[in-house]
Amino acid sequence: MNMKTILAALIVFGLGSGAANAAGEAHIENFKFSFEGPFGRYDTHQLQRGLQIYTEVCSACHGLRQVSFRTLSDHGGPQLDPEQVKAFAAQFEVPDDGDEAEPGDTREAIVSDKFPVSPNEDAPDLSNMAKARAGFHGPYGSGLNQLFKGMGGAENIASLMAGYTGEEKEEAGVTLYENTAFPGGWISMPPPLEDGLVEFRDGHANDVHHMSADVAAFLMWTAEPKMMARKKTGVLAIAFMILFSTLLYFSNKKIWAREKRKI
Amino acid sequence: MAGIPHDHYEPKTGFEKWLHERLPIVSLAYDTLMIPTPKNLNWMWIWGVVLVFCLVLQIATGVVLAMHYTPNVGMAFDSIEHIMRDVNGGWALRYLHANGASLFFIAVYMHIFRGLYYGSYKAPREIVWILGMLIYLAMMATGFLGYALVWGQMSFWGATVISGFFGAIPGIGDTIQTWILGGPAVDNATLNRFFSLHYLLPFVLVALVALHIWAFHTTGNGNPAGVDVRTASKDEVKKDTVPFWPYFVVKDLFALSVVLILFFIVVYFMPNYLNHPDNYIEANPLVTPTHIVPEWYYLTFFAILRAFTADVWVVQLANFVTAGIVDAKFFGVVAMFGSIVVMVFVPWLDTSSVRSGRYRPFFRWWFWLFVFDFIVLTWAGSQPAEGLVPAISLVGATYWFGYFLVILPLLGVLEKPNTPPATIEEDFDAHYPPKDAPASAAE
Repeated sequence: MNMKTILAALIVFGLGSGAANAAGEAHIENFKFSFEGPFGRYDTHQLQRGLQIYTEVCSACHGLRQVSFRTLSDHGGPQLDPEQVKAFAAQFEVPDDGDEAEPGDTREAIVSDKFPVSPNEDAPDLSNMAKARAGFHGPYGSGLNQLFKGMGGAENIASLMAGYTGEEKEEAGVTLYENTAFPGGWISMPPPLEDGLVEFRDGHANDVHHMSADVAAFLMWTAEPKMMARKKTGVLAIAFMILFSTLLYFSNKKIWAREKRKI
Repeated sequence: MAGIPHDHYEPKTGFEKWLHERLPIVSLAYDTLMIPTPKNLNWMWIWGVVLVFCLVLQIATGVVLAMHYTPNVGMAFDSIEHIMRDVNGGWALRYLHANGASLFFIAVYMHIFRGLYYGSYKAPREIVWILGMLIYLAMMATGFLGYALVWGQMSFWGATVISGFFGAIPGIGDTIQTWILGGPAVDNATLNRFFSLHYLLPFVLVALVALHIWAFHTTGNGNPAGVDVRTASKDEVKKDTVPFWPYFVVKDLFALSVVLILFFIVVYFMPNYLNHPDNYIEANPLVTPTHIVPEWYYLTFFAILRAFTADVWVVQLANFVTAGIVDAKFFGVVAMFGSIVVMVFVPWLDTSSVRSGRYRPFFRWWFWLFVFDFIVLTWAGSQPAEGLVPAISLVGATYWFGYFLVILPLLGVLEKPNTPPATIEEDFDAHYPPKDAPASAAE
């Protein structure tokens, strides 16, 4: 029986189980990110630029409630110095949970705190966005793009950031903005980026396309901060299993040799 | 253990004799490990060991995950993020556990289809088969309960939809559903009991697996030729079998090791591929996801559930005959559970005198169509119920029942099977001819 065929078919039919969205085809551009592929790594400088864009632009409405400030200095992240992290955290206000605090009191954030929640109730938290709604399948895509092209949440976020056409319309008192990457084509979030909006200290390109990629890379990191450790472990684990399988293959051959009349 | 005659453990030293008279545990381990195993087993007989590995992996990772998890609607989702971000190696534990469930189900489907093709369920292995089906049911329940614990959008809405099945039972459905959920809707009480049961059921599985192994160690393993081990004497047994250790231990470990390479590729490089993106959004009772899709391993049965809509004539007939008590929803639920129940009876539904599908020319076609049906239903279950999908699901569901209730009983009578080899030795020698005889002598 050829069970490999079943397995292959299961993967093609069953496992890429995202459903097509009837509301309209979203166009997702295949951005090239440094963290794609089995040996891919986050680009520290890109994560730092993304953090800057997040801080200056996104954080006006969105939160990152799962992400601790201290992880900004982790290996495989934006890798700020611990002193920089302290100063960075201090610019945020978080609810004061001290003994003498009144409800509603706030204090300066310290490194052990997490990023504040979304200040705007309608703006979703971005901690897991690269794995969540924007989705590693693509928004209700087939899942095969992820398998063959490495396209996932980061591509979706970057495409969304860069996907505004400039068209607007009013619907039931809400302004909607046309976006080629959003399912249905119209999104309620105003275009967050414009060319030159954020100035980088190293003078890195700051057009919308570049900034979209940078902030998407940063949000991939917030969703999957242990990705580099994961891939490193994976390479080791698979190398070990290949070696182990080889040894077992020859052991098995030798053990059966007499029964199978090979010797 | 009963069954095939073989050499038993003989305690030799004083301590061994002392222990053996009080607790024959070494003897049990020896007999289990040295069981005479048909030497013609092929690579489809490796999934049992893969399944045992999965059960151990799920329990080992699950016990540690439970140390860091909080079963409370306000904290469950965040506690999983805590595991992913702050617990040492927590991301690895969780990805191994989540994808371990998928490996578990791939292995169990391989194991079940192996059994269906080679007639592993036939006398005297009916109890082995029924225990296997109970294991499969317990696995499905455990997987469903565990998925709810993540407390993402798909967890919540999946739990809502599945518990709704019980609500479809006429008359007492609502009461049962409320009793299962611990309230009118999926909430904290539900999450707590799901956590408790998700921790309990794996140990029920351990007990069922022990019985399953005990049962087939009593009857002896099946084999691809479908003929029994000759048991008149130990010499005959030795011609048909080899001891499990070391022959099959090493073979199965090799196979497991190769399977784990593929498993690790998924765990370490595409760990969310089998998950649903919406499950990274915290459960929200006020927002229903566009498509509520169960995990891939339930999709076949989900497709059967949805296949029987109110415009299908059997549903209308059932509705008419029962004066409206059986509606389309209840019919679908009965069909879904029925599609599994019907498999329990396959030892009696298959009337063929030949055990192995290898020697049944017509059965083979129907079997592979059944495998194809399973795959098509899995696909149909993943799609929104629109366009051609309901029609495809209905055809697939009809074939599912037709295969077990019509084709298998009839084939046994109508089909003229080929002649299987007389002995396992003959089957084995056909593949590995003895050196002193030409290959054709094995026939």
